[in-house]
Amino acid sequence: MAGRIAAAIRQHGVEAYPEECCGALLGVVENATPRVTRLERMKNARVEERRRRYVIDPLEYARLEKRADAEGLSMLGFYHSHPDHPAVPSDYDREHGFPFFHYVLVAVRAGVPGEIASYVLSEDRGAFDREELLVEDLQE
Amino acid sequence: MPKILLPTPLRPYAGGAASVSVAGGTVADALQSLVERHRALRKHLYDDQGRLRSFVNVYKNDEDVRYLQKDATPVSDLDALSIIPSIAGGAGGASAAPPSTAEEVALSNEEIRRYSRHLIMPEVGMEGQKKLKGARVLAVGTGGLGSPLTLYLAAAGIGTIGLVDFDVVDDSNLQRQILFGVGDVGRPKLAAAAERLRGINPHVRIVPYEERLTSANALEIIRDFDVVADGTDNFPTRYLVNDACVLAGKPNVYASIFRFEGQASVFWAEKGPCYRCLYPEPPPPGLVPSCAEGGVLGILPGLLGVVQATETIKLVLNSGDPLIGRLLLVDALSMRFRELKLHKNPDCVLCGPHPTVTKLVDYEAFCGIEPEAAVAADGVPEISVEELKAMRDRREPYVLVDVREPHEIEISAFPESVKIPLATLPENVNRLSTADEIVVHCKTGVRSAKAVRFLREAGFRKVRNLAGGINRWAEQVDPTMPRY
Repeated sequence: MAGRIAAAIRQHGVEAYPEECCGALLGVVENATPRVTRLERMKNARVEERRRRYVIDPLEYARLEKRADAEGLSMLGFYHSHPDHPAVPSDYDREHGFPFFHYVLVAVRAGVPGEIASYVLSEDRGAFDREELLVEDLQE
Repeated sequence: MPKILLPTPLRPYAGGAASVSVAGGTVADALQSLVERHRALRKHLYDDQGRLRSFVNVYKNDEDVRYLQKDATPVSDLDALSIIPSIAGGAGGASAAPPSTAEEVALSNEEIRRYSRHLIMPEVGMEGQKKLKGARVLAVGTGGLGSPLTLYLAAAGIGTIGLVDFDVVDDSNLQRQILFGVGDVGRPKLAAAAERLRGINPHVRIVPYEERLTSANALEIIRDFDVVADGTDNFPTRYLVNDACVLAGKPNVYASIFRFEGQASVFWAEKGPCYRCLYPEPPPPGLVPSCAEGGVLGILPGLLGVVQATETIKLVLNSGDPLIGRLLLVDALSMRFRELKLHKNPDCVLCGPHPTVTKLVDYEAFCGIEPEAAVAADGVPEISVEELKAMRDRREPYVLVDVREPHEIEISAFPESVKIPLATLPENVNRLSTADEIVVHCKTGVRSAKAVRFLREAGFRKVRNLAGGINRWAEQVDPTMPRY
């Protein structure tokens, strides 16, 4: 994942602050290594509590996935911001995660983007594991 | 046969396929046929009780089957079923409860009996009492101000009380910190406070934060509360609480105390001035002594903490005239209450129209306070109480200089010391000789470090600071000596 992707995620987090932003990570998997090539901003469809929650409209998800399939891209995961909260998955994130996806979190403190980190949910859904490699890429 | 479209994360459990043909009939039949064919999918679609997971949506064409006939929704060969994940998450904030409104708060019969003197007042009533129960108040500090504040908030039925403190109960706290008793000395304040508050009202939820409030955690902690009450005793934390409240849009119920005087206000940038409008800059370090240095009349925090509790409850009930834009000044000696009008500073760097402070900063540095390590490394030579005792025991010659005030010397003193209060040191330098081995002490070592620095600049070389002061001597060498 290139540095410009990380920059775009941070930018989105700043624009949405103090609310949470969200979006999709599209790309390809080569030799079992995911490579994000495109970012798709998505709407935080929550009506309330957008400062600490996000949800993506399922139909918007389905439309994007269909488009990605047509272009030969994969849905690799999603990103969202944690306004005034560290870039660490919450219990709520874990309960709502899927093992396959990569979840990128960006902390935005008082409107300023901070740490960015990527996680994958373990197969048994028990824990989010931080992906060091992907994080390094993010911070290029 | 109808098809089920699988989302990307579930495809690996179906051999990588994006769609699977299944048996028709109803949604239930189709899903059953899917998990029979690809067993690994079951865990991701259903929870342990066999219910479809809440974040798994099943759509028939473009419609959520929850709004059709759910499991019984008919599926024909022409229909496409899609399994679509609800992508959701968020920062959480599991510590304090999510916002609750008066409508969803209920009072038990036991609570109704408990709060009857509130309930019969039309200004409070059931509605007001439910507001109190739904409210979340953060008390920063559980000391002199925090004690009466939290005791009354708990008694009055504030539903969630957050406590921030990392201290341990000390004997010297008991003169004013009425949350604690003799048996609590040596215990962490939060454990003792939570126990006491639960004893007063078991219906209150206590959320303890046993840590120092810092720029790194303040916004995260404060975000889960409706009102913040500042009961701190130092400038860095006071500015930190103010700034965090302004950035988070929360009201800050403020009070401070010193000796016989106190002040209180409600700082709420959305409706009036903030602490920085009143005091844009902190005083130079050392100019305003803390209660630990200058003392405080024990009942004074009682008076001011109760003012804070009153203002907090008024904010929650949204009734009366809050202390917004007013600074209440209390003088306990003359027993006079005065009031100053406060105005929002249009040039306020924090809550003005053109703020330059947009995030939390380093408040120790802002207040000109050097970290302890830096002070120690600042070239002030030290001597430990053990070393001093050894010198004494060996009857080595030394001159001990006590730079405390006369009323402190009445509490405890070394018989052999030369008594020169810090402020009078310059005019008394000639009483000391650069040839002597000099040890300077005060109560805890802060003032004597200043004295050592002054003496070294005046040409003294053999001068050292007694680390920890006479209190450490009392603690570690001579238990018969009082500590204060």
